[in-house]
Amino acid sequence: MNLSFLPVLPEIVVLVGASVILLVDLFLTDARRHVGYWLAQFTLLVAAAVTVRTMDIDVVRAMHGLVVDDLVSDLLRLFSFVAVSLVLVYSRSYLAQRGLFRGETFVLILFALLGMQVLITANHFLTLYLGLELMSLCLYALVAMQRDEVAPAEAAMKYFVLGALASGFLLYGMSMIYGATGTLAIDKVALAVLADTENRVLLVFGLVFVVSAVAFKLGAVPYHMWVPDVYHGAPTAITLLIGTAPEFAAFAMILRLLGGALAGAEASWTGMLVVLSVLSVTLGHVVAIAQTNLKRMLAYSTIANMGYVLMGFVAADVTGYSAAMFYMVAYVLTSLVSFGVILLLSRERFESDRLEDLRGLNARSPWWAFVMLLAMFSLAGMPPTIGFYAKLLVLQSAVSAGYTWLAVVGVLAALVGAFYYLRVVKIMYFDAPVDRSPIEARGDTRVLLSANGLALLLFGILPQPLMGLCAVALFQAQFY
Amino acid sequence: MTFHTAIFYAFAAILIFAALRVVTTRNPVHAALWLVLCFFTAAGVWLLLHAEFLAIALVLVYVGAVMVLFLFVVMMLDVNFDSLRKNFRSYIPVAATVGVLVLLEMALVVVGSRVGGGGAPPVPEGSNTKALGRLIYVDYVYPFEIAAVLLLVAIIAAIALTHRKRRESKYQDPGLQVKVRRQDRVRLLDLPTEKRD
Repeated sequence: MNLSFLPVLPEIVVLVGASVILLVDLFLTDARRHVGYWLAQFTLLVAAAVTVRTMDIDVVRAMHGLVVDDLVSDLLRLFSFVAVSLVLVYSRSYLAQRGLFRGETFVLILFALLGMQVLITANHFLTLYLGLELMSLCLYALVAMQRDEVAPAEAAMKYFVLGALASGFLLYGMSMIYGATGTLAIDKVALAVLADTENRVLLVFGLVFVVSAVAFKLGAVPYHMWVPDVYHGAPTAITLLIGTAPEFAAFAMILRLLGGALAGAEASWTGMLVVLSVLSVTLGHVVAIAQTNLKRMLAYSTIANMGYVLMGFVAADVTGYSAAMFYMVAYVLTSLVSFGVILLLSRERFESDRLEDLRGLNARSPWWAFVMLLAMFSLAGMPPTIGFYAKLLVLQSAVSAGYTWLAVVGVLAALVGAFYYLRVVKIMYFDAPVDRSPIEARGDTRVLLSANGLALLLFGILPQPLMGLCAVALFQAQFY
Repeated sequence: MTFHTAIFYAFAAILIFAALRVVTTRNPVHAALWLVLCFFTAAGVWLLLHAEFLAIALVLVYVGAVMVLFLFVVMMLDVNFDSLRKNFRSYIPVAATVGVLVLLEMALVVVGSRVGGGGAPPVPEGSNTKALGRLIYVDYVYPFEIAAVLLLVAIIAAIALTHRKRRESKYQDPGLQVKVRRQDRVRLLDLPTEKRD
């Protein structure tokens, strides 16, 4: 019996790190809570180092075929580590001002990360589901952490109920697929689907539920109702977390389920994705125009962006998947900046989450106004930011798959979207500032947020390395 | 009819009767006790299927732990069950519809489907405790550990969300009350005396 732990070593590191923080936190006084914070950062660093060290080009199926370790899972895990690490840095002051800078927060964030890792490396419906539940449960709890406020409790309740519904959908769909193929291992399901092309009723029945569950988790229309409420109601630090690293896990989930297990039934799911994509980009962009709350506006922007990610999947080939992956990376990088600036501008008892709070930001701090401008340009898909190439790639893959009209809808929706992104820029640069209080932030937050903002520009000018990385990873992972 | 089938029908009859009594009995404590009987007979049926480990686990976990908890809750909470049952009969139309639908669905699956079929899988040789243990601790050890983490997260989240100082709480700390000094409570002000004009 050869049980190699190497492919799951990053998961083991994160699990051990979270457990250590859980124990160490008991002996910390309130003044020394930062020890837990640094332990969390250290865990992320070690996990990232381990992932890089064990990275290789071969596809390894480990733990009795329940886990797959390919380049896609290595890359996505690495991206999640970076994203969570930045989330912790950006939200440090915010958490401290709201009494959330404590061990439980770090532990739950690390356990959520563990869930994402399990989901990303899943090669079996069972591990995929467990990873998803682990991630979601931690996120529900994190949203509700501010118990004395009403809005977070309401957001957590909605998130929990709708998330449970989505999990039910997923399980039901999986059980149908099990009935049709007789196996739960993703690679074996893929073979069974390819082998039997006659009887598809049961399989497609299950597939509908799986696609619905995926759309739920992604927040695609018509399963988007939880997104604005959760983004708006959750503490901004947790919104930042929800809007970044879990998106990689959601991407992996679609890739493993649709691009992996159900690749042979592609004709059945591309149509559904087209509908989801069209609805998401149009409704997301149009409704975002009416928002006065910045977090809510960005939530609708997320819905629209997920529509573009699905557009990459519509092509159902490796080029399309790598376009979608690049889009997801670009989106998360941009989200980190936009929510990072909101966190930077917030103070004790001041959330800075309304559009009018950005008034005259240029007069208060030209640099942060510029960083926010980069994020808005990237979301709007304007060159020379990373968002431009991301949109270009998914639209290209849609056109090459024969969905030219879908690409046209995508471009038109992006034009509508540009209106409200540019409105933010207008508010920052041309309105007179109301609030003239100085912007205070820790040194590391300033440096990393600035670097993050400049990365949007850098990858916009030189997108090839990142694009190449996504393409190589997906070509190597042997999707059908 | 062999002895085996006779025992099965006996267990099945008791099971159905007990399940009916759970729903129809007026006293919630009696209902819980009937449910215990349900679990016991179900465990008997499982034993007939050679699933001895699961049968014992059912008795230990459900009868031993879950049902005792149920009984505690029923006895400790003073719920007025009579008022809950007032319109018991008015649910009949909905209940009947759901019941008939479920029956139809089951009939469809049993009659029209090729799913499953072939009856129960063959009984594995040897102890099924060992077989289950092998599955859980060797083949599925990874999801088993993840499930354990899931339970840990549930504990942490429940404690983090409920164990906190309530704003409206009027709790007094006796230690602090004893340690209080005069300077903390009494403040002497030096007010200038006002002169009458």
